[in-house]
Amino acid sequence: MSREHEKGMSLIVKTITRLTVGLILLYGIYIVSHGHVSPGGGFAGGVIIALSFIHLMLAYGKEVAFKRLSRTVASFFESLGAIMFLVIAILGFTGGYFFLNFIAKGEPFKLFSAGIIPLCNIAICLKVGAGLFGIFVALVLLKLESGEKK
Amino acid sequence: MVELYILLILMIIGAIIAIEVKDMLSSVIAVGAAGLALSITFLILKAPDVAITQLVVEILALIILIRATLKKDLPFSATGRWFLNTLITVAFVVVFLVIAKRCLDDLPQFGQPLMRVAKIYLKQGLAKTGATNLVGSVILDYRAYDTLGEATILFTAVIGVLSIVRRVGRKKVGTEVKEEDE
Repeated sequence: MSREHEKGMSLIVKTITRLTVGLILLYGIYIVSHGHVSPGGGFAGGVIIALSFIHLMLAYGKEVAFKRLSRTVASFFESLGAIMFLVIAILGFTGGYFFLNFIAKGEPFKLFSAGIIPLCNIAICLKVGAGLFGIFVALVLLKLESGEKK
Repeated sequence: MVELYILLILMIIGAIIAIEVKDMLSSVIAVGAAGLALSITFLILKAPDVAITQLVVEILALIILIRATLKKDLPFSATGRWFLNTLITVAFVVVFLVIAKRCLDDLPQFGQPLMRVAKIYLKQGLAKTGATNLVGSVILDYRAYDTLGEATILFTAVIGVLSIVRRVGRKKVGTEVKEEDE
């Protein structure tokens, strides 16, 4: 992967990135999925997931990062997160009111517990991760182009 | 308590350095140091959720500041009229301090919160929501409306940034515009 892409940073940075970027992504998924059991939650986990893609983009240049997560996919995920959160909220009307915790609570300290809270965490994670990645892409590409024009 | 005061002094020093230093990179790094001290402060005050979020957002903000704004020649408005500017600043600081003194007198003492609503959450939170992380149960169950508003704010911010910096609206400045899918 590192031979064919001459863009980006030096070989040391690329090797370290290749070793660590998966772990960072995995840690973000862990923070999101255990948001109702241990500290963390959708927002922090989503930012960590966005940071793993930003890490990839900083080390390898934008083409490799866009191959993993293109801008169309990112905007799709952001809209999906927002709509998912609203749908979960509206589904509460089946039992009575907005944001009702309508799924069974389950056993405490288990991964599948706490009703709608893990689902809301996943929705917020998609929204925050894709949105912050989009902001970073917009700002960095703006800078690259204004540099090229001079 | 001593470590809290050390961290507070560190944060104040970092903020002053960030304002006063001329080099942009040093300024951004000083902001990062202040944010890191704030994150450790949250950890000492036993708020790991806020500490994680603060640390992660601080890293993201640092990267965006370094990558996106550092190389641009930002104009410094240090010309003339420093007497009037200083006068206005001092007046605002004095007014703010007087109002803040009156507000802070009404707050409960540090370390002795009122816990009028939080007592109910702590007692019934696990039974009612099933989430062992009570912060998660508050922000996504008891106070989910606030989270909905926060998500809406973030969505609006992303749309705003993307619509300001998109390439379609900037055709007049550059000579040729190479278009990719936006």
